[in-house]
Amino acid sequence: MPLDGGVSCLRRSEMIGIGIGELESPPLDSDQVHVLAVDDSLVDRIVIERLLRITSCKVTAVDSGWRALEFLGLDDDKSSVEFDRLKVDLIITDYCMPGMTGYELLKKIKESTSFREVPVVIMSSENVLTRIDRCLEEGAEDFLLKPVKLADVKRLRTYLTRDVKVSDRNKPKVPEDLSRFSSLAMVTPPPPPPPSITSVKSSSLEEIVSSSPPPSESSISPVDSPIRRMEMRSPGLD
Amino acid sequence: MDAHVAQLQMQYRNYILSLYQQGFLDDQFTELKSLQDDGSPDFVAEVLSLFFDDCVKLVGNMARALDQTGTVDFCQVGANVHQLKGSSSSVGAKRVKGLCINFKELCEAKNYEGCVRCLQQVDIEYKTLKAKLQDMFNLEKQIVQAGGIVPQVDIN
Repeated sequence: MPLDGGVSCLRRSEMIGIGIGELESPPLDSDQVHVLAVDDSLVDRIVIERLLRITSCKVTAVDSGWRALEFLGLDDDKSSVEFDRLKVDLIITDYCMPGMTGYELLKKIKESTSFREVPVVIMSSENVLTRIDRCLEEGAEDFLLKPVKLADVKRLRTYLTRDVKVSDRNKPKVPEDLSRFSSLAMVTPPPPPPPSITSVKSSSLEEIVSSSPPPSESSISPVDSPIRRMEMRSPGLD
Repeated sequence: MDAHVAQLQMQYRNYILSLYQQGFLDDQFTELKSLQDDGSPDFVAEVLSLFFDDCVKLVGNMARALDQTGTVDFCQVGANVHQLKGSSSSVGAKRVKGLCINFKELCEAKNYEGCVRCLQQVDIEYKTLKAKLQDMFNLEKQIVQAGGIVPQVDIN
């Protein structure tokens, strides 16, 4: 879902705190890990940001592969332009995104001279082995099944130290076995039976269409009081 | 301990447990709660608020796509279902997610009546969840206002 500005909508103080609007924010602490997170879903961006910040990472979150390339300075052909290298220690990206997929973004990063050494992690809601293989073969460091949990992100930190970065990264990325992705073998549980809730009025299609905002209207505004916003909208139960 | 606070806390505990037992929430919601702390006390409310914004938008998109006289673009409907499935999964909205799984199959089968019915169910479901969670947040507020702390609820 593209947003104005292409970055997560957060309170202004939070935005500066996590390095969005990087021209204004203080220079990154050289010891602090900086992660670029890419996901077209705002909900997922907020969650992954929180997970990363809890593990003491500085986060820049963008909503598309194109914005990620723009942020990295890889979006044009002037590859010979030298500039102070942007410090990005890890790139974590959703696989399924409109426009450019996470796989395509991965390829572009691995083709670049400036960022090919940066570990790239792919996230996906779908447990598709061929997809996982493709990403690993293209040089992805890891593949996380959504919904992402704190334990997953903590595991990522194990290969974010400088020591790991200078280790031999020229080995082919084909894993010897997929046992470390054992969580990916979980079977999706069957969908629950339909609820027997009668307290919410059933809407016809026409009612749903007329009650929802038209696509052009921005549905995201800075979050001030989330509880109050919920109270304003919900009729509550009788 | 203040009896009123204790009573509210018990009410809160039972309410949360019932939400899990009835399948409204799953362990991803637990995960989100665990990410909340004194430094980010509104994190769960904030994420859920964005999720419900998403629901309004995506349900609206799907309704418009299905409301077309003539050919319905099931790919378009499916793309919106995919997004809703993703965000419901990320917040632990178990029933909404489950409906989205069904919905996706109906889109792939280009089952028009099935899609319309499923969309109506999704609409009811997210609104129901929103009301339930509003009640949960209200209970939390009441506990805090009565001078108590919101208990951590162990689901297992």
